[in-house]
Amino acid sequence: MPTLYDILTLLPELYLVAAVCLILLLDAFMKPAQRPQLHWISIVVLLVAIYLVVAGQPEQTATAFNGMFVRDHVAEILKVFALGITAVVFVYARPYMIDRKLFGGEFYALMIFAVLGVMVMVSAGNLVTIYLGLALLSLSSYALVALNRDARLPPEAAIKYFVLSALAGGMLLYGMSMVYGASGMGGTPTLDLAQLHGVMAYTTAPKLLLLGLIFMLVGIGFELGVAPFHMWLPDVYHGAPTPVTTFIGAVSKLAAFGLAWRLLEVGMGDLSRYWQPMLAALATASLVIGNLVAIVQTNFKRMMAYSTISHMGYVLLGLSAATPEGYSAALFYVICYALMSAAAFGVMLVLARAGFECEEISDFKGLNQKAPWMAFLMLLAMFSLAGVPPLFGFWAKVLVLEAAIHADMLWLAIVGVVTAFIGLYYYLYVIKAMYFDAPEEGAVVEVKTDTSLRVVLSVNALALLALGLYWGPLLAWCQRAFGV
Amino acid sequence: MISLAHYIVLGAVLFCIAVAGLFINRKNVIVLLMSIELMLLAVNMNFVAFSRFLGDVSGQVFVFFILTVAAAEAAVGLAILVLLFRTRSTINIADIDSMKG
Repeated sequence: MPTLYDILTLLPELYLVAAVCLILLLDAFMKPAQRPQLHWISIVVLLVAIYLVVAGQPEQTATAFNGMFVRDHVAEILKVFALGITAVVFVYARPYMIDRKLFGGEFYALMIFAVLGVMVMVSAGNLVTIYLGLALLSLSSYALVALNRDARLPPEAAIKYFVLSALAGGMLLYGMSMVYGASGMGGTPTLDLAQLHGVMAYTTAPKLLLLGLIFMLVGIGFELGVAPFHMWLPDVYHGAPTPVTTFIGAVSKLAAFGLAWRLLEVGMGDLSRYWQPMLAALATASLVIGNLVAIVQTNFKRMMAYSTISHMGYVLLGLSAATPEGYSAALFYVICYALMSAAAFGVMLVLARAGFECEEISDFKGLNQKAPWMAFLMLLAMFSLAGVPPLFGFWAKVLVLEAAIHADMLWLAIVGVVTAFIGLYYYLYVIKAMYFDAPEEGAVVEVKTDTSLRVVLSVNALALLALGLYWGPLLAWCQRAFGV
Repeated sequence: MISLAHYIVLGAVLFCIAVAGLFINRKNVIVLLMSIELMLLAVNMNFVAFSRFLGDVSGQVFVFFILTVAAAEAAVGLAILVLLFRTRSTINIADIDSMKG
């Protein structure tokens, strides 16, 4: 029987389930003239959820439903940023969706379901909870990618995403089944992450456990989008409506970090000497492939996809250190990346209009002459992604590199620094197009007049500068979560 | 007597058939969906076998969840497939290549 304590621990999630059902009902019963209000209702729903997450956060780690659900500070941070960035995506999305006649309750409901999946996954204390959160996130994401039903690219992107994601989900599950089996050989079989930590010490089938770990790593690698499991990312980024791309780029990556940390450290932390070199190899592959292939892209969304691959390589750099310092650096990095990519896509969304996606890098040519403020915001996002001091992205990179060096992986840190310099090229290429190229003949730049969009986008991009100058409190928050 | 190892090998064989189906199949998207289902069933086979032979019920509970999610996943997958057919009148894998780079 669930006790009142269980219910209170799960309050933010339960509240979100109720709220999303309410949004679906409102969408069905509202008059068409009132429907635009769904936008503000959804944002308020997310802000209240943030309040519930922060206000109800216990000082010590709390578990509910016999350890199925864990409410700790790592989950708190990830939830706050996932909810907050989803609210930001709603603000960015509204003009874009109205222009393409996609505005409707289903967009908001699916997004909130997806973020609910994120919340369940990052709070999981059991393999079942992890899988359910992941399934909720992926199923909502497939539908969101295909939201623009009549266009040519979205269904193709959605089917590719679906097939590859289902394959990765199957691998993850197959790994979980082996880990479950191994935990029962010589002990009590368990699906509980905290109990899985320590199976290696007693199991009579250590090879089964390691095989399970490898299969699970494939699933984690896919969710993070690291090479060589990155094939879906460029097509999904390219084909999905830009607000959905923003969501997948920012919020899903926060979730993937949560997944990786829960499975690898909480569940299989005693196997760290096995997964550390595997993560280091994945990190090297993503840093090299992401940064090199991004150079040849002409489509801004595809370039951002390869940039994501390389940034997830940096996150793995922190994770593969397998120390609290490394985890907090990786968490700091993934939050930083979510804010940076949201700002970059936000500028795309402010310039897009019906029939014009603003998705080619050449569409940004001469932007400084037509819309200097938007060009400046994009400049901040690009410099931060490239890791130019004093912006936010620089400090995040410094921290993961430092963590890798402290974990005796100097060679990996060197790979990280060298590829960061290679990466500088394609970010600077966008800046060159904006500031030093003449606008193309007949190009029209139309900046959206939506006030909330412009204000939130400006705050988002300026936050990259502000957090770059004053990053202490956020870092302290991340470090406290891991007990550094 | 059928032992745990037999079931695990059966699960592995089913899993390999499913993965081979995903990679070798060059014709039809529906076959991909079938392979995905088979893969999840292979996982279920593993869970049920471990659960039965190790005397713990939680693996079978997990199987219920996997079955439910697989049903939902098939629904979403087929819906996307219908969309794909509507926009380009084909579900041939070789024709789904408008994005490159």
